[in-house]
Amino acid sequence: MFRRCFNRWCGGDENRVDSRTIYVGHRRCPGTNTYLPLKFCDNRIISSKYTVWNFLPKNLFEQFRRIANFYFLIIFLVQVIVDTPTSPVTSGLPLFFVITVTAIKQVGDEEWMMWITETSLQMRMNTIPAHLILGLVCRSTEDETFPGCSIQASLDGESNHKTHFTVADTEKHLDSFYATIECEQPQPDLYKFVGRMHITKDGLEPIVRSLGPENLLLKGATLKNTKKIYGVAVYTGMETKMALNYQGKSQKRSAVEKSINAFLIVYLCILISKALVCTTLKYVWQSHPGHDEPWYNQKTQKEKDTNKFLKMFTDFLSFMVLFNFIIPVSMYVTVEMQKFLGSFFISWDKDFFDPEIQEGALVNTSDLNEELGQVEYVFTDKTGTLTQNNMEFIECCIDGYQYNYRDSRTELDGFCVTDGPVSKLQEKAGKEKEELFLRALCLCHTVQVKEGTELHGMDEVDGIGASDDAEQCCYIASSPDEVALVKGAKKYGFMFLGMEGKHMKMQNRNKDVEQYELLHVLNFDPVRRRMSVIVKTKSGETLLFCKGADSSVFPRVQAEEVERIRMHVERNAMEGYRTLCVAYKSLSSEEFEQTDAALQDARLALQDREERLAQVYDQVEAGMHLIGATAVEDRLQEEAAETMEALHGAGMKVWVLTGDKMETAKSTCYACRLFLKRTELLELTVRTLEEGGRPKEEKLHELLLDYHKRAVQDRHKDKDKEGVTRSWSSGFREFGFIVDGATLSLVLNASPDASASRYKSLFLQICQNCTAVLCCRMAPLQKAQIVKMVKNSKGSPITLSIGDGANDVSMILEAHVGIGVKGKEGRQAVRNSDYAIPKLKHLKKLLLVHGHLYYVRIAHLVQYFFYKNLCFILPQFLYQFFCGFSQQPLYDAAYLTMYNICFTSMPIVAYSLLEQHICIESLLENASLYRGIAKNAMLRWGPFLYWTLLGLFEGLVFFFGVYQLFWNPALADNGQVFGNWTFGTIVFTVLVFTVTLKLAMDTRHWTWVNHFVIWGSLAFYIFFSFFWGGIIWPFMQQQRLYFVFANMLSSVSAWLIIILLIVVSLLPDIVIGVFRQPQGPDRQQVPGPDPAGCETRTPLLSEATSAGATEQTSQCTRILSTFQYKQNLIPDWRPPGPLLIES
Amino acid sequence: MASSYNAKEEDGQLSGAAGSGGVGAGKSKKPDNTAFKQQRLPAWQPILTAGTVLPAFFVIGLIFIPIGIGLFVTSNNIKEFEIDYTGIDPASECYNCSQTLTWNSTKPCICKVPFTLEQSFESDVFMYYGLSNFYQNHRRYVKSRDDSQLNGDTSSLTSPSKECEPYRTSDNKPIAPCGAIANSLFNDTLTLYYINPNGTESLVPLIKKGIAWWTDKNVKFRNPGGSNFNLTAVFQGNSKPVNWRKPVYELDTDPENNGFINEDFIVWMRTAALPTFRKLYRLIEKKNNMIPTLQRGNYTLEITYNYPVRRFDGRKRMILSTISWMGGKNPFLGIAYITVGSVCFFLGVVLLIIHQKYGNRNNSAEIPN
Repeated sequence: MFRRCFNRWCGGDENRVDSRTIYVGHRRCPGTNTYLPLKFCDNRIISSKYTVWNFLPKNLFEQFRRIANFYFLIIFLVQVIVDTPTSPVTSGLPLFFVITVTAIKQVGDEEWMMWITETSLQMRMNTIPAHLILGLVCRSTEDETFPGCSIQASLDGESNHKTHFTVADTEKHLDSFYATIECEQPQPDLYKFVGRMHITKDGLEPIVRSLGPENLLLKGATLKNTKKIYGVAVYTGMETKMALNYQGKSQKRSAVEKSINAFLIVYLCILISKALVCTTLKYVWQSHPGHDEPWYNQKTQKEKDTNKFLKMFTDFLSFMVLFNFIIPVSMYVTVEMQKFLGSFFISWDKDFFDPEIQEGALVNTSDLNEELGQVEYVFTDKTGTLTQNNMEFIECCIDGYQYNYRDSRTELDGFCVTDGPVSKLQEKAGKEKEELFLRALCLCHTVQVKEGTELHGMDEVDGIGASDDAEQCCYIASSPDEVALVKGAKKYGFMFLGMEGKHMKMQNRNKDVEQYELLHVLNFDPVRRRMSVIVKTKSGETLLFCKGADSSVFPRVQAEEVERIRMHVERNAMEGYRTLCVAYKSLSSEEFEQTDAALQDARLALQDREERLAQVYDQVEAGMHLIGATAVEDRLQEEAAETMEALHGAGMKVWVLTGDKMETAKSTCYACRLFLKRTELLELTVRTLEEGGRPKEEKLHELLLDYHKRAVQDRHKDKDKEGVTRSWSSGFREFGFIVDGATLSLVLNASPDASASRYKSLFLQICQNCTAVLCCRMAPLQKAQIVKMVKNSKGSPITLSIGDGANDVSMILEAHVGIGVKGKEGRQAVRNSDYAIPKLKHLKKLLLVHGHLYYVRIAHLVQYFFYKNLCFILPQFLYQFFCGFSQQPLYDAAYLTMYNICFTSMPIVAYSLLEQHICIESLLENASLYRGIAKNAMLRWGPFLYWTLLGLFEGLVFFFGVYQLFWNPALADNGQVFGNWTFGTIVFTVLVFTVTLKLAMDTRHWTWVNHFVIWGSLAFYIFFSFFWGGIIWPFMQQQRLYFVFANMLSSVSAWLIIILLIVVSLLPDIVIGVFRQPQGPDRQQVPGPDPAGCETRTPLLSEATSAGATEQTSQCTRILSTFQYKQNLIPDWRPPGPLLIES
Repeated sequence: MASSYNAKEEDGQLSGAAGSGGVGAGKSKKPDNTAFKQQRLPAWQPILTAGTVLPAFFVIGLIFIPIGIGLFVTSNNIKEFEIDYTGIDPASECYNCSQTLTWNSTKPCICKVPFTLEQSFESDVFMYYGLSNFYQNHRRYVKSRDDSQLNGDTSSLTSPSKECEPYRTSDNKPIAPCGAIANSLFNDTLTLYYINPNGTESLVPLIKKGIAWWTDKNVKFRNPGGSNFNLTAVFQGNSKPVNWRKPVYELDTDPENNGFINEDFIVWMRTAALPTFRKLYRLIEKKNNMIPTLQRGNYTLEITYNYPVRRFDGRKRMILSTISWMGGKNPFLGIAYITVGSVCFFLGVVLLIIHQKYGNRNNSAEIPN
């Protein structure tokens, strides 16, 4: 996996220029004399951060920027410089271990992820030299991946699933082809490319052609449908958009990490205070005559000469070093390892495997596993996420008459006019209109026809396909709506046959083939929400066909036409269909020429191309005639409702953010049970704002206050009234909130006075008190805005965004956890997500099972690490009181070093990877279990205090137990005495056993791995101790532990004290555990806004027996009940707040 | 819950679907259906409930209390006699010695401390010396030794470890054995006399072998140059530790107990864990089954008072003790076992009561549900 990386300074000074010039084929144009030597980088992909040369320093620097690692480095340096009690090896070795593992993990992670995203590009590229140079013309044959981003400049500009075009006027004979390409500097946006090509023909003025994203083939794309192409490499190596995109990976940090840092600070304070106490006491102790320098223990001359204050300082440092183990070095590496390895379980989970796309889940980051267990807000996209994005043409409305396609057999021409409310006259629109409408459907799109149904390569590249088995041809488009429309038109007799050069061919109802010259495609974008084509009919007429969302089309057509169609559109939207309006416009030749010129001009612009194009589009698409509207059904995803129900049950609030119309979105919400019949809907849309006829701001203010009163204040009042005995299932009012984009921007971007922030907080409070929120008509950026608003609200709740399309990317990036659905709208969302799943239904298991388990695992891991190091180092601290504060270590250096690396590391790693404190089935079935860990429940101060106290108690027991024993050090049955190293070894043995057994007691899921590592670690400790003490080690200054362990074991007293102390140490944990178990009246109910209306109750110990389910479930519930006792361990273990109430 | 999600059932469905789908082309991305990858390794799922913990408490209680009683009785049966001979009190026998003691005094100061044993010591008796307020576990002290020198390494003999400073060289010669520990070797000589009822003193035979760990004596500590070398010659280039009166090769006349393998020396070199400690000094073996090792009666402890402890407020003790299977006298272990055992038992009872009480209440409360 290790890719060879070379550091090349890529185009150093060239970066300052806005654009770059590339000579195609490295041939100077005849006209120009200047030929600048190329300074662009070669095609080797350099791992985004590191190269072979800078890896070590750079990685070390990166790593030591982390506070923890820096701290360990300082400790290490102190040990090297100052005369310290422990050898530098004791902290140097763990540090080295940590740094190495982290470095390997980072490289592995990075390389690994990169490989996955690039679909192992390099492997396939072996036929193409690594030295692809800019400007080099290269040839690609079908199915070969492109080595670099190149401009397609070749023969037949057919395409793969995303259509890419050749540049016009490029020659077939490359030998006589002279051109330069001017394009922008590399930038990461995959869907943006601005460039110009100057083509010089012999003796003629250079022709200028614009280059856009449609001309650019990205690195990693595969050529389909075309035999071969010639291309010019414009970006290579590290400058390819692929590589640039990889760098931009966001650094999301999980809540757990924040907790770790907080705990770290606490322990740092403990450490410093310990060192301070010891240093102070040392000098107090030394002031006593005969203590500082008794005759038997003289100082060296050097020590005598040292300045007293310097001595104090070094003493302080020495104590720091002695106690530094309290901050677990290896915790970081274990956490990293746990995250890295743990994330594999997500990608391995076969429940996430979708047979349709033959793919499972994808993990893009391993840092956020546990965050999946903490989600409070779920922001979901509608299309493609809640719904399948599998469009089916349902009906259309032409000129106010409704056409409902039912079955082609009932009527010969496939038309059937339903008796809708409007078309009660059973009339049809005029045939002319009908045909115009269908032609518009056939022409106004970017659909490709692919002959033959070879679909298996499909999932490799962007784009989607829908095959029509009957016709042995399939349509390919980047949007499924378009395919649905084209297929819809086909049902009505107008079949799109494909492109032939610049001509679109279609078959009309009379089986005649019509040809239209495609002049321009005014692309769809989410801001304009419409697209148009300009075509020329055979008769020379220039027509513009436009289709788009009603809101974007209606203002551009005659008002009276709108009236006829609006009702249909709204009714369709109510039924949950996606509606599009179709309009046309006939362009006069002047008009066309003007537009053509403006478009050409805008397309050639290197700066602000988008804006200029949009402007031109805007001008052209005006004064159109509305022909009709279409309704396309987008079915709900499988198990969408169940998933939403589960999320609700788990205490998450689901917000639907969609660009769709309110009615469509609302019906979807009802369909997936986000809104229930009893849900009170609070609407804050343009419509409600306009109702009163008063200024919008005023109305908005009023509505906000009203809703706030209803949703927030009254509800709290209710709660107070009903008091402790109140039952949740009755009288519980549920609110749903609907807001649209326009109103949202009104709320968020209100006039910058005092009311602005008030609006925002009112709005937020309303939203937070609603079980479901629907935001419709959202622009992508607004989605992110919403997420950001919630994310930064009080309590900083953990947010999750899930979406499948490019318009969801911003919210995916904004949320704490971004989930991409491997849907039909391309891979952008997946690429920018933290986790990608094939279907929405997988979200349930991802959160309820994986998230929950990962959170519990890592939380336990963190607490356990702090605990075990506290009781490790506390005896050492206590020992200072008995050795004259001389920094004498209690344990041997080998034990100090190995404790965290070998003796106690593996069991917790195994635990943190395999633990299932509640079995997977229960987690899935009882969504409410998820609430038990909400709000970082296991890593708050309560549990932390518990673990710390436990560590303190155990440390005290270890030390004073052995201390009492050593009042008489004659422990052997032959009267011989034991020394300080035996003392330390006994404490250490007790420590290792206690800490391991504590973990064993916490383990609820004993697989053979757990058995192996837990008993293996203990066995290894014993083996190591024998081994370490069994040899006179050469090159060692002191043989401190020579036969200490064996001699210790020869003493019965030592055995007895070890057993006693282990039992005493573990006792409180067990006792507290048992006493905290829910007893009798202390019952919990987990009520809540269960959408199904039934009250979910977590089974308790007593109920478990009455459950009488299968053996499996009873086992699970038994575990459940113990999980509850765990929650009860600490009074404030459970989250306060309205969700959990004790009655 | 509406969704019944049984992954085990789905196993069959999924694999069946994949099989019928016939997507055999190349490697499918379908995750392996192994127990490990699906987190379905067979597992034992123990739970701590009152039901499992209760018996454990009783068992622990029932095991610990007898052990504790056994330990306590054993400890009580151990006979121990302790006498402080530091000579702090002007009335005490060793007061003069403790006052006049200097390192370079040539004439040894001898004091005799009489004492009476109220009980006879039946089995083997172990004689310890005890020191108080002596920080053998001070870091500077603990590390001030050279184990390779003590292991007979001749190069360490000529250049001892730096850790031995400031007891590394004297008179420009390397010290053997170097370091603070060796330098401060306990050098009081204790002799025990039994005062016969007729008033005559008889020397109690003290055995000086077998007081050090076998491994220390035979492996860790070795004289340089092997056993058959003339020790005097071996240590020719070294000087004695500054506080010693005689060089290391004159510690004993017995070649098996001389030099670095002198057992008194080895015992001293094993640094004590706490500032108050005892070290094994001599053994008094039981010779005759009929006669106790140490009879009841009067004894005299003759001390060659060499070791100064008053300067650091230290104390010196002589301890006579018998030994049991658990070592020397220490009631702590027995008491601790009895306490822990009782606590466990008590907790078990409390838990049982609570469990019974609430268990019943639960059952009755369940009926209306």
